[in-house]
Amino acid sequence: MNAITPSDRGLAPFEARLSSFQDATRKAAAGDLALTGLPGPRVEAWHYTSLRALNSYIFNEPDTCFNESAVQVILRSLIPQSGCLEPLPRLVLVNGRVVPALSSPAASLPEGVTFSAFSGSPDFGMQASPQRDPLVALNTALAVDGIKLVVEPRVKAGRILLISLAMSSSGAISFHPRHSVTLGEGASLTLIEIAAGSEGPGAYFHNPVLSCSVAEGAHLEHIKLQREAADAIHLATVYADIASHATYESFTLGLGAVLARHEVHATLRGSHAGVHVNGAQLLGSGQVGDITSVITHGAPDCISRQTVRNVLTDRARAVFQGKVLVERVAQKTDGYQMNQALLLSPTAGIDAKPELEIYADDVKCSHGATVGALDEEQLFYLRSRGIPDAGARQMLVEAFLTEAADLVQDEVAHAALGTALTEALVSRIAAWENAS
Amino acid sequence: MPAITETREQVEKLGQSSYKWGFETDIEMDVAPKGLNEETIRLISARKEEPEWLLEWRLAAYKAWLTMTEPSWAKVVYPPIDYQDAHYYAAPRKKPGPKSLDEVDPELLRTYEKLGIPLHEQALLAGVEVPEGEEARLPVAVDAVFDSVSVATTFRKTLSEAGVIFSPISEAVRDHPDLVRKYLGSVVPAGDNFYAALNSAVFTDGSFVFVPKGVRCPMELSTYFRINARNTGQFERTLIIVEDGASVSYLEGCTAPMRDENQLHAAVVELVAMEDATIKYSTVQNWYPGDENGLGGIYNFVTKRGACRGARSKISWTQVETGSAITWKYPSCILQGEGSVGEFYSVAVTNNHQQADTGTKMIHIGRNTRSTIIAKTISAGKSDSTYRGLVRMLPKASNARNFTQCDSLLIGDQCGAHTVPYIENRNMSARIEHEATTSKISEDQMFYCRQRGLSQEDAVGLIVNGFCKDVLKELPMEFAVEAQKLLQISLEGSVG
Repeated sequence: MNAITPSDRGLAPFEARLSSFQDATRKAAAGDLALTGLPGPRVEAWHYTSLRALNSYIFNEPDTCFNESAVQVILRSLIPQSGCLEPLPRLVLVNGRVVPALSSPAASLPEGVTFSAFSGSPDFGMQASPQRDPLVALNTALAVDGIKLVVEPRVKAGRILLISLAMSSSGAISFHPRHSVTLGEGASLTLIEIAAGSEGPGAYFHNPVLSCSVAEGAHLEHIKLQREAADAIHLATVYADIASHATYESFTLGLGAVLARHEVHATLRGSHAGVHVNGAQLLGSGQVGDITSVITHGAPDCISRQTVRNVLTDRARAVFQGKVLVERVAQKTDGYQMNQALLLSPTAGIDAKPELEIYADDVKCSHGATVGALDEEQLFYLRSRGIPDAGARQMLVEAFLTEAADLVQDEVAHAALGTALTEALVSRIAAWENAS
Repeated sequence: MPAITETREQVEKLGQSSYKWGFETDIEMDVAPKGLNEETIRLISARKEEPEWLLEWRLAAYKAWLTMTEPSWAKVVYPPIDYQDAHYYAAPRKKPGPKSLDEVDPELLRTYEKLGIPLHEQALLAGVEVPEGEEARLPVAVDAVFDSVSVATTFRKTLSEAGVIFSPISEAVRDHPDLVRKYLGSVVPAGDNFYAALNSAVFTDGSFVFVPKGVRCPMELSTYFRINARNTGQFERTLIIVEDGASVSYLEGCTAPMRDENQLHAAVVELVAMEDATIKYSTVQNWYPGDENGLGGIYNFVTKRGACRGARSKISWTQVETGSAITWKYPSCILQGEGSVGEFYSVAVTNNHQQADTGTKMIHIGRNTRSTIIAKTISAGKSDSTYRGLVRMLPKASNARNFTQCDSLLIGDQCGAHTVPYIENRNMSARIEHEATTSKISEDQMFYCRQRGLSQEDAVGLIVNGFCKDVLKELPMEFAVEAQKLLQISLEGSVG
């Protein structure tokens, strides 16, 4: 099954590396991928987000050596000294590989938390289903490393930072880290994930897959801050399996990359479980940002919540696809989904597809979507109180995004998001005002 | 919970209740041999005595159809259709030109009577006796379609005095070739989609309406479609053109006889509204839905689209969908004219093994265009019902507005209700609001009604009627009564 004819299936950028594998899992993934190819616009789940951008490159395996001082500079900018993130235990990956020298020593992790490299572990490729999602198949075939975190039952693990850095080299590179986070019964963890990269000569493609398993009564909070380099492509897939009385609360903030997608498949497998799939995007220039989720209610009495907000300037385009699937057994489901977009430029656009698929009758499910420009009345109110136009606009945009970020419970993560948001807002709006 | 159990039992019982309008009429038919090829198309065209350009148009559509594949994105499941295993032309044998209702085959008239179709003006509003010679005051004109050929048209005179053309499309091809040629396929091109292409190739009849400048059509126009002969797909083609400042309200209703084999219905409806024109198109669809085991029933694959070409024009679609084994239908509005308005009001009821995938498309092209979508979905039995709608704001649609409300009601835990809206915005000043909810009839509402002495059935009926009120109130009066009856029959036992 290694004979791949990638040219007609969008696999050309990875052709050389998809040719031969030793182990069965990778072989199978490459086989699945050869059958489906990378999804085109006729695939419903990719109708609004085109992967054509990948075709301009041949992606190579990244070098293992990198400029350490450059890495330190980026790290310093992401985690300012004496900032709230600084004291947290951290796991740092560069170009998809764990770098122990930059990460906190194993001993500094809280007791009951074990960390190892994932690619060698026996459950590699088990949770995610490669045949259904081609990008996950690509990840399975090409993954080199990733983190594997296990939190023992009833351990309150606190906060852990997961930092994924890209150091560009002369040519285009791609890396496909595979992460897994497992919480035992009654355990808790706040995972703060930051993806960033150096603005360099070569573009890069970051294709991480994260599998989360949250056991009974456990609580996982997952906050992601995506600030990849301007010409980067970031396509992330998250799987979350949530047992009864457990919760998975996630928030993603999308700021960087020319093409980004954050895709979440959350499955509520036990009763009285809860899931939050929230997010915000602030995009400009020609960026395309996509937040896609499939929330499956597979057990009764579960709650799902989703709030996604987009602010779009210049020629940016946002995509929101949110599906809530309520299976026949999932009676007493309570599902709510809200997607809102602010368009600040005549050339910006939004494509949204909130979707309800419901097979149980005793449910309370609703979704809403609104799209529009800034409210003229609100602007007038601020202007009439002496606030200049630009300031008033910025204030309203900031309020719009902050309201979404306020859904994050963890105060450290919340503060970090707030800082990143304000910075991005100032530069984004400034760039936009200068241009127009 | 006993209330709900009772409801469920009644829904199940409903399967046994016979389809009230399931009967076949025994009339001699003129039927083309089975199969679809160029010969069939030439035969249809020849029987209809059509001009050469129309035959060419049909053949081009057929060629396009051959290259197309059946759409599979809708949430409906059915065995593959053998398009060669159907008759594409069936016409009741003609006596030379019936000039009045007296000359129409009495068997046919009895069929309509059984359906309660107001073909005779006396039967129009139940209990109203109208003396001869006063037809002009009556509010509804009927163009009855029996299988593929219009057999009787009433109120011609009143309409023609007003300058309104209302005739079977085959007659329009003969009498007003320029109008038909200009507008046919201008909203739904021959190669638009698989079913539209099929329809364009083999359409046999349908209605043609032309309302000239400044004329307010003096009465509601109404066409009844019926599928009658075994194994005959119906391919109706309706074309409505309303000129500047004119308006029309058009009613379409369907019933079909009971049978075992699935039947294909692929109609195309095209509406054109010019400056300040208004078209109101109302449908009550009650094709045979199949029995309680999902056997039989109509496949209803319809393309309906209206173009608001002129400024301030308005097209309003109202539909009550209770029938068909499978419904695949998305009445759409292309809002081109500045300030034009599109509306879509829909009630879709599915029961037993019915599947419905229906919704609308609102394409905002012009400035200040507005659209409203109100869709109510009721699922019972083992059925699946999907709302699928698109709202697209193009870059020039400044200050365009859309409001969408989709509500689903589930009755029983064996059915499914799905909502799939697509929202695409390319204009910053356009505003889109979308809301959707899914729920069952709440215990509180039931308790409240029961406590005040309403029976289980009356209570459910009251609540469902309230649920659908926003849509039903959009129907013309004559239709609203029928629609309410249909709702009750469709959910008989559970919500009637």
